[in-house]
Amino acid sequence: MIAELGGFLGLLALVLALSQGALGLVGGHRDDARLSAAAAAAAQACAVALLVSFAALIALFVRSDFSVAVVANNSHTFKPLIYKIAGVWGNHEGSMLLWCLISATFGAMMANLRGGISQGVWSRAVGIQGLVTAAALAYTLFLSSPFARLDPAPLQGGDLNPLLQDPALAIHPPMLYLGYVGMSAPFSLALGALIAGQVDQGWARAVRPWALAAWTFLTIGIALGSYWAYYELGWGGWWFWDPVENASFMPWLAAAALLHSAIVTERRGSLASWTILLAILAFGLALLGTFLVRSGVLTSVHAFAVDPRRGVAVLTMLAVALGAGLALYAWRAPSLARPAGFVAVSRDGALLANNLGLAVATGTVLVGTLYPLLVDAISNEIISVGPPYFNATFGPLMAAMFVILPFAPFLTWRKGDAAYAARQLWLAGAVAVAGLVAVALLWKGAFWVSIGVGLGLWLIVGAFTYVWKRWGQGGARTPARLLALPLAVWAMSLAHAGLGVMTIGAVAETGFRSEKSVRLAPGESTDFAGRTVKLLSVDQIEGPNYYGDRARLDVSLPGKAPQRAAPERRLYPAAGSGTSEVAILSDWTGDYYIALGEPSRTDGGQAGWTVRLYKNPLVHLIFVGALMMALGGVCAMTGLARARRRAPAPEPAAQGGAPQPVAAE
Amino acid sequence: MAKRMTRQQRRLAVIGVAGLVLAVTAGLVLSNLKPVYFRGPTELATSAKVGELVRIGGLVKEGSVARDAQGNLLFEVTDTANAVKVRYAGDPPDLFRENQGVVVEAKLTKDGAFEASRVLAKHDEKYMPKEVAEAIKRKGEWRGPSDTPVPAAQTTTTSGAGS
Repeated sequence: MIAELGGFLGLLALVLALSQGALGLVGGHRDDARLSAAAAAAAQACAVALLVSFAALIALFVRSDFSVAVVANNSHTFKPLIYKIAGVWGNHEGSMLLWCLISATFGAMMANLRGGISQGVWSRAVGIQGLVTAAALAYTLFLSSPFARLDPAPLQGGDLNPLLQDPALAIHPPMLYLGYVGMSAPFSLALGALIAGQVDQGWARAVRPWALAAWTFLTIGIALGSYWAYYELGWGGWWFWDPVENASFMPWLAAAALLHSAIVTERRGSLASWTILLAILAFGLALLGTFLVRSGVLTSVHAFAVDPRRGVAVLTMLAVALGAGLALYAWRAPSLARPAGFVAVSRDGALLANNLGLAVATGTVLVGTLYPLLVDAISNEIISVGPPYFNATFGPLMAAMFVILPFAPFLTWRKGDAAYAARQLWLAGAVAVAGLVAVALLWKGAFWVSIGVGLGLWLIVGAFTYVWKRWGQGGARTPARLLALPLAVWAMSLAHAGLGVMTIGAVAETGFRSEKSVRLAPGESTDFAGRTVKLLSVDQIEGPNYYGDRARLDVSLPGKAPQRAAPERRLYPAAGSGTSEVAILSDWTGDYYIALGEPSRTDGGQAGWTVRLYKNPLVHLIFVGALMMALGGVCAMTGLARARRRAPAPEPAAQGGAPQPVAAE
Repeated sequence: MAKRMTRQQRRLAVIGVAGLVLAVTAGLVLSNLKPVYFRGPTELATSAKVGELVRIGGLVKEGSVARDAQGNLLFEVTDTANAVKVRYAGDPPDLFRENQGVVVEAKLTKDGAFEASRVLAKHDEKYMPKEVAEAIKRKGEWRGPSDTPVPAAQTTTTSGAGS
């Protein structure tokens, strides 16, 4: 019954989403407020129907109803409750329903928050969002229904892949999907504005919170996935330039470009057509990501050809969304041209450089991700494009952008003073050069690491120099005045400093990581990275749905009490596979990372175990940096919400205006 | 220099800078897009060039895993018809087993063995690395289930110190 209820509510939601689309578009076209209000109501009803439908799917997983195919394939009665629930989105069908739910929820939020845009644009945007939801929902219900029954029902389920039974990975997919699908809101607003032919500063103002939200969720989702890979895959890697990772990284880059260009459009009215184009392309990349991850095309182009319906459906969605978006853009963009004069050295110019860099970087990742697929499809050759390609193309672009970045806040709109900005940044420059030289001297041959550390310090000190500057502006630097700084200042500084922190972590980990693999019998010890590791014993353990071995190790610095580490190897019999649960001892210098390997003979012929030891210097900075960026996103959203409450109507931003010493924001 | 640029000149400047960035990036892309080709053991048995980096997919041949005097891991990768010898200066990833799928990035050395820089083993029963499936398919004996899509990096990897 629950499954049928879920399926029925899904169909109901599809009808509601289609009506939302029709009512919104017609209401906008005829300028009929009643039709638009009906579209908004349909959007809310659609979200509620999908919420209940999704709750029904969760109930099926919690009750282990194996007469439902998805549950039978991906769940197990012995699985802990949290992973029964996480199993709902740990598979294709359930995750697609989540995609629809999020799209409908964004639609309902758009229906509630008009955000100062005109009735015509708003109504059409709600309509477009309804069509996006409807397309995803039709695909979910007709090509990959999570509510399909199995007859006869198996007595026990196939279990969720044990690698995915992990707290970080339980919330990783929803975060990522909030980001992917979040890009649909700027897309809908862009199309709504194009159809209505009204792209103004108020529109850009309305787009910003959505772009920020999507970017923030993507940041959190990608960071969680990276952190999971770091501790769960058992060898300390955190980024692989894997196509699945790139699939989420490209929308992230595009969203970052969008949220910067929308600032220019809001403040200055320029770059409007570029902002629109970015909103369309960013959603295209999010759909491409969904396609890459969900169609099986990455496993093999041929696997995709075996059951092409799903892949073709997502590709069709991608083609229609991009095609319609770009056609509208080509039709309307010439009328949007609204040139605002500015010189290269200005806030506008710096943000343009940011957009150029991010867009080109997205392109390089796109080429490296799609090239193997194209070669496979055309010539039947399987090839791989590895990290060297991405490091050689993406790295220099980012380095060039990082050099420019700290200047941007010190430049005024329209026409900035480069010498003034440079004078403000003398400390950041000095710290960066000192760090670069120190690393280069202390670790000979670590050229790239020293460049990365220098750039990272440049970003961090530069970001806080700006906070310091704003703090001292128009009064003494009292704590109260520090707290009273606009949230936008904190948001930007946190995010940019986070980028620097992450850069330092990434280059230090990549450049200075070390590893050692030893075979130890109980009682034996080994020295690695300044510590002594002694294997005490290896015991059998049993969990709710796994069994395995747990090692007890003493890790000691000379002259200090030992720390206990307990890495495990687990086998999940229902899924027929295992995981490695590593032990990580962290301090400020980085992680001491211990994985338990296979039982094996030691060189002395005793029964022992392979123990793999890694020293990952400063690796935590990578995740701290990502967290700072996400916090920056949250601060920026809060700031926008506050500004909106204070000034509900969009203020006419100063066109041109006299150059201020330091512009707001 | 001090003269104000006209709007057209400014636009030209922006396009020029953008074009320059694009050109440099395109150069970087083209010079670095050196793909690593996949080869099955049967293909390698007849056409392997010394020094070329390839990805080899197949199964770890039963009874072939050993260590040499220098502590290198030795094993053979087979597509059930032919096999190639691989030497790896490191420890195998967690799920490296005999008769299980493995993907190796390696260069052929003069002594006829492949020197591996990366060894990837499959990580769960539902998933076979596409190179492994392809190796067995190219040999002409494929009758497996349709491949299942997998989440990120679902393989364990170990990298040689020098890679």
